Amino acid sequence: MKEACAERGPEKQLIQLETPGLSLPRERSFRSFQKQENFLGKFNQGGILLLAFFLFMALFPSLLAPYAPDERFIPYEAPSREHILGTNDIGNDILSELVYGARISMTVGFAAALISTLIGTILGLCAGYFRGALDELLMGFTDVVLIIPKIPLIIVLGAFLRPSIWVLIPVLGFMSWESTARVTRSKTLQLREAGYVKSALCMGFSPSHIMVSDIFPNIVHILLPKFMLATASAMISEASLSFLGLSDISMKSWGSMLSFAFFRGGFIREMWWWYLPPGICITLCVMAIALIGFGLETKGEKYAGEGADKA
Amino acid sequence: MKVKTSAVKTLLEVRDLEVSFQGVKTVTALSGVSFSIGESETLALVGETGCGKSVVAHVIMRLLPPESRVKGTVELGGKTLLELSEKEMAKIRGREIAIIFQNPSLALNPVYSIGHQLAEPLRVHRKEGKKEALLKAVSTLKNMGFANVGECINYYPSWCSGGMNQRFLIAASTVLSPLLLIADEPSKGLDRKCVAELEVELKKLKVERKTALLLISHDLGFVRRLADRIAVMYAGEIVEISDSSSLFESPLHPYTRGLLNSLPEKGFIPIPGFSPPLSSPPSGCKFHPRCPFREKRCTEKHPELKEIGRMSVRCFLCP
Repeated sequence: MKEACAERGPEKQLIQLETPGLSLPRERSFRSFQKQENFLGKFNQGGILLLAFFLFMALFPSLLAPYAPDERFIPYEAPSREHILGTNDIGNDILSELVYGARISMTVGFAAALISTLIGTILGLCAGYFRGALDELLMGFTDVVLIIPKIPLIIVLGAFLRPSIWVLIPVLGFMSWESTARVTRSKTLQLREAGYVKSALCMGFSPSHIMVSDIFPNIVHILLPKFMLATASAMISEASLSFLGLSDISMKSWGSMLSFAFFRGGFIREMWWWYLPPGICITLCVMAIALIGFGLETKGEKYAGEGADKA
Repeated sequence: MKVKTSAVKTLLEVRDLEVSFQGVKTVTALSGVSFSIGESETLALVGETGCGKSVVAHVIMRLLPPESRVKGTVELGGKTLLELSEKEMAKIRGREIAIIFQNPSLALNPVYSIGHQLAEPLRVHRKEGKKEALLKAVSTLKNMGFANVGECINYYPSWCSGGMNQRFLIAASTVLSPLLLIADEPSKGLDRKCVAELEVELKKLKVERKTALLLISHDLGFVRRLADRIAVMYAGEIVEISDSSSLFESPLHPYTRGLLNSLPEKGFIPIPGFSPPLSSPPSGCKFHPRCPFREKRCTEKHPELKEIGRMSVRCFLCP
């Protein structure tokens, strides 16, 4: 018996032992696969580096910004040695404004995405696991939320409430969970029939225990990229809403910088150093997040694919 | 090894079980199934694919989908399982009845280590601490004869072979020492060596822990080595129940005889025809279209289960 156990050790060891003896064509195809892998991986690494830079900007703006964001100089100045990106209409240094704006933009993005992913996951898990009437109810509700036009609704809300990011975050979060809920539900429907969920049920575990510790860890690889993409889209929504003037003036995000540049003469005076940098920052940050999201997605697919092979 | 059924206390009593699935056509998966399992006894359910063996296991565990209709009673030590609420049932699952499914590699959660999965039932049901439960899991594995237990604990199911996973699964489902273990085709998809190891494991359970076993299988050789009594099922009914030895030596029902004749060592003679669809079973005895000895009454009247000494059989022709 003991010998038998030792013989059938983990498959990993077996593979390592066998690799040197692989025949040539198989080796070649393996290499090309590896190249492809690196190709995707480089994008992913670039995304991580970019996002790390923006996160650093958001967490420690005082280390990067040359001046405090509310310090005033001569307005409408062109880029110079003191002010690399010039100054705006009330004389604030634009580079400092840009660095401090990262925090607001990214807070809105991540917080809204967190809310939407949380709601989507919980509703999707419940609908998929319990099925029946609860499923119909929750998915009906999801459909209703899905057809609400988001931007017009937020504009209307903005007209009635005082524009602030603490209104914006929940509204963006509560408006963008539907696709997460749908995806979670369909995956839960699939997993609830899986052998390990059935055997967990047969161990006498409660539904909440099964959902949290058996199904959830198996759908994290789908939720993470969803979370990243939700962050990116929340940041874009925030930027467009700020551009329409629905943002807190005391908390300047990249979107509101664009808005100010537009309405306070930046475009007319062709001050590209005012309106271009925030746009580039939004684009790069969203791109970085999306790249990481895509990277996670492909990784998740690979993981799921391996599982399917095992079956 | 032989246990006299009359002497031991009955643990599980199934009476007149009838299960049907409502759909476009109503499919009667089980009709009039009655059997009992004594304490630390092994009963095997054998039969062709689709004769309702697994449905029996699912009824006992209450795992059937909502569109199923169940009649009859299932009693486990005085509790009628079919009347319990879902919460009460959850307490029985794992603690009193455990089940191991076919395809062990899929029955273990791919994201947790073996140790975690062995400790989980202890932590949930007995509210034990993480370390305590893990230590118990280690000792269970040691009892099963794993040499490198320290490593095994950290393995993931995808690293291990089907046979290893099967034994991990048995360890996980018996860690709470249930009274009854249901094994739903445990030997399916395993090679000879793994089946032999599985047999050793199940025998150990029987002898050391006095666990009663409901063995569902169509591997007759495997069943013969393990079971005390055997129930043969055909088209949703039990057609014969008897002691393991007498069933193999002197089978009564024509279907049982046919089954034994189709074994390789008995000449590989298949039973002619196909088993009937459960949505439209034939009139009279359900086996009559394939039975070589059929008479006129077989096509008209449905035979009842008759007791002949210590055996029961559902056939007009058996005295």
